[in-house]
Amino acid sequence: MPDVQSMVAEFVNKLRKRKIEGSQATAKCTVELLRSVISHQRVPHANQAAALIDAVKAVGQQLVAANPVELAVGNVVRRVLHIIREEDLSLTTAAMAGLDLLDASDDDDIDNCKGIGYPAMSAAVVAAAARSTLRPPSLQTLLEGTPESATVPYTSSSGADSESKSKSADKSSLTRKLKHDVIEGVNQLIQEISGCHEQIAEQAIEHIHQNEVILTLGSSRTVLEFLCAAKEKKRSFRVFVAEGAPRYQGHLLAKELVARGLQTTVITDSAVFAMISRVNMVIIGAHAVMANGGVIGPVGVNMAALAAKKHAVPFVVLAGSHKLCPLYPHNPEVLLNELRSPSELLDFGEFSDCLDFGAGSGSLQVVNPTFDYVPPNLVSLFITDTGGHNPSYMYRLIADYYSADDLVM
Amino acid sequence: MGAQKKKDAARVPEDLSRQRLQAIVIADSFTTRFRPLTLERPKVLLPLVNIPMIDYTLAWLESAGIDEIFVFCCAHSLQLIDHLKKSQWCSLVRTIVSHKSTSVGDALRYIYEQQHTETSQIQGDFVLVSGDTVSNMPLAELIREHRERKKRDEKAIMTMVIKKQSSRLRIGSDQLFVAVDPLTKQLLYYNEGGEVCLDKSLVMDTSVLVCNDVQDCYIDICSPEVLSLFEDNFDYQHLRRHFVKGLLVDDIMGYKIFTHEAHSSCYASRIDNLRSYDTVSKDIIQRWTYPYVPDISFSGNRPLKLGRRGMYRASDAVQSRSADIGASTVIGYGTRIGDGGKIFNSVIGNGCSVGSNVVIQGSYIWNNVTIEDGCEIRNAIVCDGVKIRAGAVLLPGVVLSFNVVVGRDFVVPAYSKVSLLQQEIKEDSDEELECADSSKGTADLLSDVNNLQMESKASELGPDGAGYIWEVCDSVHDEEWWKHSIVPIPMDKLADITQVMDDDDIEDESVVPPRGELKSDNDSISTDANDPNDDDYCYFQREVRETFLRAVEEDNNVDHVTPLINSLRFSYNMASADCAGAIFYSMMRLAIDTPHSSTSELYRNATSIINKSKGLLGFYVKQIDEQIEVIMKFEEMCEETAELVPLFAQIVHFLYDKDVVQEDAILRWGEEKAGADESDKVYLNQCEAFIQWLKEASEEEEDEEDEEDS
Repeated sequence: MPDVQSMVAEFVNKLRKRKIEGSQATAKCTVELLRSVISHQRVPHANQAAALIDAVKAVGQQLVAANPVELAVGNVVRRVLHIIREEDLSLTTAAMAGLDLLDASDDDDIDNCKGIGYPAMSAAVVAAAARSTLRPPSLQTLLEGTPESATVPYTSSSGADSESKSKSADKSSLTRKLKHDVIEGVNQLIQEISGCHEQIAEQAIEHIHQNEVILTLGSSRTVLEFLCAAKEKKRSFRVFVAEGAPRYQGHLLAKELVARGLQTTVITDSAVFAMISRVNMVIIGAHAVMANGGVIGPVGVNMAALAAKKHAVPFVVLAGSHKLCPLYPHNPEVLLNELRSPSELLDFGEFSDCLDFGAGSGSLQVVNPTFDYVPPNLVSLFITDTGGHNPSYMYRLIADYYSADDLVM
Repeated sequence: MGAQKKKDAARVPEDLSRQRLQAIVIADSFTTRFRPLTLERPKVLLPLVNIPMIDYTLAWLESAGIDEIFVFCCAHSLQLIDHLKKSQWCSLVRTIVSHKSTSVGDALRYIYEQQHTETSQIQGDFVLVSGDTVSNMPLAELIREHRERKKRDEKAIMTMVIKKQSSRLRIGSDQLFVAVDPLTKQLLYYNEGGEVCLDKSLVMDTSVLVCNDVQDCYIDICSPEVLSLFEDNFDYQHLRRHFVKGLLVDDIMGYKIFTHEAHSSCYASRIDNLRSYDTVSKDIIQRWTYPYVPDISFSGNRPLKLGRRGMYRASDAVQSRSADIGASTVIGYGTRIGDGGKIFNSVIGNGCSVGSNVVIQGSYIWNNVTIEDGCEIRNAIVCDGVKIRAGAVLLPGVVLSFNVVVGRDFVVPAYSKVSLLQQEIKEDSDEELECADSSKGTADLLSDVNNLQMESKASELGPDGAGYIWEVCDSVHDEEWWKHSIVPIPMDKLADITQVMDDDDIEDESVVPPRGELKSDNDSISTDANDPNDDDYCYFQREVRETFLRAVEEDNNVDHVTPLINSLRFSYNMASADCAGAIFYSMMRLAIDTPHSSTSELYRNATSIINKSKGLLGFYVKQIDEQIEVIMKFEEMCEETAELVPLFAQIVHFLYDKDVVQEDAILRWGEEKAGADESDKVYLNQCEAFIQWLKEASEEEEDEEDEEDS
């Protein structure tokens, strides 16, 4: 599979050189790459899941190392690993259910599997349910989970019955089956990632009300879709866009918003505090959401969050589920920020001579961070593609999306 | 936020994919500025913040969408090819090797010849850069611009990238003057260094933009015609000095060159001397070259971790708790730093070991260097495998080449270059020639190195050191050696240069004086050069004195010192009379500073020094005015130092005896002084008898002549 290797190399290269920007695009590319890795991976007869996991992990490590700042890559790799584990589990349980029916063998192995399989099954079922339904696995669904458990395995692996019939063909078909199921699951993930904007935007009407003033900072496609969705539902409201220096992506957002017929005002980042008292809600797009509910967003976001807190304005963060990161921000392995070129701030030609002239004279240092960290206590609400959540609920979502084994890759 | 970018990115390659994009990288500078380092390793493989220079160029070209890169190798081609094979660009890069080339012109001619023999060579427009370019400029738009222009105008064969910059001193390049048509961006005049003489028609034409605040990035988009032009004009060597000038001045077939001013947000610079090596390294550390920065693995390098205050550290670097590592430092993999070290503004490579209480400031330490306890290193470049023994000191501007060993407690003098290879005796000082001889000569030289280490235990670098100290200033180009060193420019020079620059600004742009050549011997200017600025003169005098003392210490002969003093003179804009005065001043100061017990001993000292250095002084006192200056200077000195007063007449006499001062000068001085105040006449009175004697002597001569005539 040289073509897969070259694809991986190419993508790693792109990540390294920061050619791909935006977590959604990166996430999508990553999943598509992993899908082809999985489909090209030859699986041995025994222990296929482990082989797939190893292959994905190996590629995943390369990708994460290529751009550790883009957390979405790691998230998506973990999601794929989780899918593999989950499908493996549901297959073994289904197969075992079949075996149990046919003959009650006293094989040690199967006994072992039983021991692991049954208790784990409920978790797998819940997770599958979480993926297939849009609504979050709230406490209610968790409680109601037990009756559903019978139906879910059948929907995800409809071919399970036919397989159990012929035991001889079982092994070879099982191999293909697992891969097939995993790819199915990955496809679902791709759909989910590409559809996250719509899913989030659907909820706009519940959050944006008539004649409100919304503040946003920088530019985010999710925010754009969200605001436009509210507009389409005939809500009339005004948007303040903080320009998001030094990259001024707010300008682009403002342009798009005006093109779609929204009342838009551009303000400087430093005017956020002055304007916040007139604002009803702050809506921003996140770069990543950490496991503790903290947010990594474009630089300046923390300032806006503090201003919002001071004036008791709700601070709402929009994030697709691929932005949900199972790591904690105090983990030294997590590189939270990237310093970009100072040329976004200053004109090199003009300032070049105060940069390093002579040892005696002071020299100019320019720091241009890309991201800001907003602690969870400043965030009022997360809106993800599965609905609105409290920051304190993030750990629960993470438990649904990722397996604990994959947190450290 | 991603969507917008993606659209852009998608559009660009589509536009360019119509034609394969090719680039020629000249991986040899064909100059000697990086010697002695370049004797053992090609310049483009020298590490710049721990990554070989050429990797920056290739990474940039690759990400700018170039499909095929031809790397032209000359000196040390094997090393370079080896490096390229191992790098991640091996599929992209094709190497062209020619050992015979001695200039860019030769290289391009060689490529042109190869074109007919090999397939898939240069097919269309190509990017021509040298292998030491660091940039993050997007090329797509530039190439499109070039192609569109080419479509409209067949004769537009080259687009040259220029960039605004506030100070040329940053990268130690020469003053650049360009004249550009502001509408079409056509280049009308180009001059780097040397004398500026604009064509009158250019100046009269008001719609011409003349600027001297730009930097030539040496990034060119060329059409294939450029190669054939080089082929046709076999005497073209230098790309700018010959080719560009040739096109502009001789108007060959009406070909035109256009310029493109790089956007201020992108970085582009070339490393063609040690000063720019220093500056560009700092710019990389300051992240101007993003995304080509040490914490991003753009060339397959292991990325470093970026900490606060611009500190890049490898994850496995070991650092003592008591070591003080300041802002803007880079520490490579496997490097250990001992107790109490102080490291500021420096780059330390991989696998180095730094002992305790070491001070490293503004320096570049490459890989596998051992620095023992208590060393002090300031503004130096230390190459791979160097050992610096305990207590050694590297003064600013030192360059230690590969595997040099500096002995215990040895002080390496400032600005010296040290190598295991002996400096070649000047065979042909043609500055363009570097690679041809070096490539064949180095192997032999290197094999000798081991023998050398065996036989000469006591080397020039202390008893347990190894290496030869090279002499500075061997070529004309090094006239302003301090400008090209990695040491920050000394404040006095800086003040002086800004002064000169301001002067330039005041003057009409069309008649900018040729700097440097301003005054050779014409009196008109030398008179007003005396007064303009006393500070200047003081600095100048001090510099001359230091130079003189160094020369005396090292026992250099006149030939070595005069270029130094000449360079000082040009950089300070001094007349040769000032030089004479300053040299004489230095000589007398030396005499005074030499310990002596009595005035007679002082006199003996003075005479011996004058005797020794009269050749040097004689070089500057060819004219009467200069000789008078010497006497006046002496007067001034006597005012300052009472000790000299009684010796005044004696020494003037001695100067006369030694032919340093001619009698006319003394007589003229006497005449000038005759009208002065009584207080001023002290010295004149002292010399009364001597002058009288001179007068008589000359009268006698005249008489004799008269007699003979009659």
